[in-house]
Amino acid sequence: MKHRYLPMTETDKKEMLETIGVNSIDELFSDIPERVRFKGEYNIKPKKTETALMKELTLLAQKNADLRSHTSFLGAGVYDHYMPVIVDHVLSRSEFYTAYTPYQPEISQGELQAIFEFQSMICELTGMDVANSSMYDGGTALAEAAMLSAGQTRRKKVLISNAVHPEAKEVVKTYAKGQYIEVIEIPHKDGITDTAVLKDMINDEIAAVIVQYPNFFGRIEPLKELEEIIHAQKSLFVVSSNPLSLGALTPPGKLGADIVAGDAQPFGIPTAFGGPHCGYFAVTNKLMRKVPGRLVGQTVDEEGRRGFVLTLQAREQHIRRDKATSNICSNQALNALAASVAMTALGKKGVKEMAISNIQKAHYAKEALKARGFEIAFEGPSFNEFVVKLHAPVKEVNKKLLEKGIIGGYDLGRDYSDLKNHMLIAVTELRTKEEIDAFVNEMGDYHA
Amino acid sequence: MHKDDQALIFEISKPGRIGYSLPEMDVPEIDVNELIPAGYLREEEPELPEVSELDIMRHYTALSNRNHGVDSGFYPLGSCTMKYNPKINENVARYPGFAHLHPLQDESSVQGALELMYDLQEHLIEITGMDQVTLQPAAGAHGEWTALMMVRAFHEANGDFKRTKVLIPDSAHGTNPASATVAGFETITVKSGENGLVDLDDLRRVVGEDTAALMLTNPNTLGLFEEDILEMAEIVHAAGGKLYYDGANLNAVMSKARPGDMGFDLVHLNLHKTFTGPHGGGGPGSGPVGVKADLIPFLPKPVLVKQGDQYVLDYDRPQSIGRVKPYYGNFGINVRAYTYIRTMGPDGLKAVTEYAVLNANYMMRRLQESYDLPFDRHCKHEFVLSGKRQKKLGVRTLDIAKRLLDFGYHPPTIYFPLNVEECIMIEPTETESKETLDAFCDAMIQIAKEAEENPEIVQEAPHNTVIGRLDETLAARKPVLRYQKQ
Repeated sequence: MKHRYLPMTETDKKEMLETIGVNSIDELFSDIPERVRFKGEYNIKPKKTETALMKELTLLAQKNADLRSHTSFLGAGVYDHYMPVIVDHVLSRSEFYTAYTPYQPEISQGELQAIFEFQSMICELTGMDVANSSMYDGGTALAEAAMLSAGQTRRKKVLISNAVHPEAKEVVKTYAKGQYIEVIEIPHKDGITDTAVLKDMINDEIAAVIVQYPNFFGRIEPLKELEEIIHAQKSLFVVSSNPLSLGALTPPGKLGADIVAGDAQPFGIPTAFGGPHCGYFAVTNKLMRKVPGRLVGQTVDEEGRRGFVLTLQAREQHIRRDKATSNICSNQALNALAASVAMTALGKKGVKEMAISNIQKAHYAKEALKARGFEIAFEGPSFNEFVVKLHAPVKEVNKKLLEKGIIGGYDLGRDYSDLKNHMLIAVTELRTKEEIDAFVNEMGDYHA
Repeated sequence: MHKDDQALIFEISKPGRIGYSLPEMDVPEIDVNELIPAGYLREEEPELPEVSELDIMRHYTALSNRNHGVDSGFYPLGSCTMKYNPKINENVARYPGFAHLHPLQDESSVQGALELMYDLQEHLIEITGMDQVTLQPAAGAHGEWTALMMVRAFHEANGDFKRTKVLIPDSAHGTNPASATVAGFETITVKSGENGLVDLDDLRRVVGEDTAALMLTNPNTLGLFEEDILEMAEIVHAAGGKLYYDGANLNAVMSKARPGDMGFDLVHLNLHKTFTGPHGGGGPGSGPVGVKADLIPFLPKPVLVKQGDQYVLDYDRPQSIGRVKPYYGNFGINVRAYTYIRTMGPDGLKAVTEYAVLNANYMMRRLQESYDLPFDRHCKHEFVLSGKRQKKLGVRTLDIAKRLLDFGYHPPTIYFPLNVEECIMIEPTETESKETLDAFCDAMIQIAKEAEENPEIVQEAPHNTVIGRLDETLAARKPVLRYQKQ
């Protein structure tokens, strides 16, 4: 057969078979026992030409209500943000996206330096000493944090606030099962981790306490207060954080966090139906050699020229096998590159301006809904999300909104049995005053 | 700073420059101190760069010019399947209806995305010969761990808590033992015989009622098909264990042998390898897991099912191991893999494997005079050479790899698998032309000659890269892992 990805001609094939000393390609598969040999071809769809396939998939994509043709107030861990156009132009440089892990530093300096810059930017935002080259996503990054903590403290229990993203929490629990770590939830009180209950729960058997900042309800957790309670028992303080919020909020590193993990999706990474996004993982110097995944470090060549290499590899699976700090190998390098370009474009001033714009616009929406008669659950300072009570199921309200081209907020009743008819609303810098006003208008009389 | 140093983005930063265009702040502004509690408003600004848009583009263009990808040149990195990354995949993944979907939208508004995922699952079920597939794992290692968690749940559901050990051949990828450990198992190494295949006697010796599973790559990392696979399956199954297939090398056997027909109970695939992900500089990948019927109840949730003409995410899975990743996997990579499979069709995928194997065997034969060939038999999609002859001349495999850089090639995988001395592992893939294979073989033959006649030129390589060999000891002893403003 002829195919644009398969360059061998019949003449090539003939010459090659001669060199090998066989008569047919089939002979090369003679080592596959007859009993397991697959005969014929797969029963799958026939191939399509470039044009026909693009047409088919264009139509398939159009069956979805996407965020470009709709106005979204949905967040809950994945956000519709400003993506500088330049990000995709950099990402489309195929020297980056068609390369693999930079194991040969002499011809991978571009990737290595880009990742070194990513690590530096994550450290700046989180206020931590060391950041790795990326994890799969925020959820698995948090699970790795729990496992690191158990290993470091030699304790087998982890406390996690139930104001942490519910799906991230589930992932932590799955990983914990593998490691025989017990995960216990700390309740929230009025949308904030209940510190009084935490004080009762914590003891010297607790490896780590995991909270989210801003938390799943959009509220700003009192990290300072939590830190004192947690460190009094020598437990590790793990903070899951939306890095965009750290353009405006005090970084967890300044408030005593030992590990800060989360997802860099808000920086230049499309929502993409949930992935690929970009987990990040940052720690204090003390935990540097326990970090999962790849780390890029600076060094020099024989002539004293600066260069970058994968370093501290004695932590990793390809060297340590069953003694590695984690099994992660492939990570989310290309998404880390996207996040780097977005953080670079925003820069020192833009990241703050964007974070504050989120606070302002969410606040405006919150006040507008209140004026309309809506009650805010968990009233108090928040970042770009807040919770409203409805008198109807969220699913039903969202169905009405969708008819108007609006993607409504998240149904908290899915995860919290006491929060039926509660909608988590996200308002980013992308929403205009006009869109917010229209949304409030369409929310109409659904207030409780 | 050395005069040749490539500036960091931080080093070209200048206060007063910006590279962004944020949406208008069109709502009434309130003093932010009134909105954020005292002590929680950031005091020091993060030291992010202050640069213009052109600064950014030039910076990253300069970096890309210091990077080698498949589009730059031949990349025969064994076990990584560095094939061409089709451009149509990139276009399709960027369609707004795929790229800009929120994972928590109502299912009725994302039926197109769910349909694509479902159809991809169906294709992978046929390709692997398994009964069900989950797309949730984000990468190969993540898939390995997911599958092993399912093995554990399966045994425990049978009240069998004594199966604490996972058997792994000595030639396996490092992720196998690491994943087994993270899933809570102890690992036992199974030896390879002289012929490079799993030693059945050693397998019989270590297998037992504490065996949870055997993890196997077939063809193995030496590029050799494990001919005794059915006997191995019998041995492991008779002992009550499960057989796990590491799909890293699936490119070698598409349409030739399916894991499901070889007796495997679970399989993970690397969609970024066989199915042109792309590799992205180290990720993102996608590591779907396929299972036989008796393991279906343990799949991570949610499970995508079809009810009538609707696609539904089923969360009601009481025996599920739970979630392994937020949302539904690396959807963007799955879109690319699906596009690729639909571009190739059944005859295309068959041809892929045939040419991948033809290419590897051709190179192996062209190079067998110049280098030691530890296993002289047909290989599959990749093969290993040993540089031990060159080592006697004072030229190490590392030197050979570095010398290849001077010819514009990405070197093969080196020093892996661990059971071959001075190992050189070459995987050409099916997308390379005969001219490319010949030119690479010519370079390898020349290097072998140089090792005999002029070893310094190899030992001191590379000679024309942007940077020389880097001091890795310094990097590890005095770690500098971030830029800090002086």
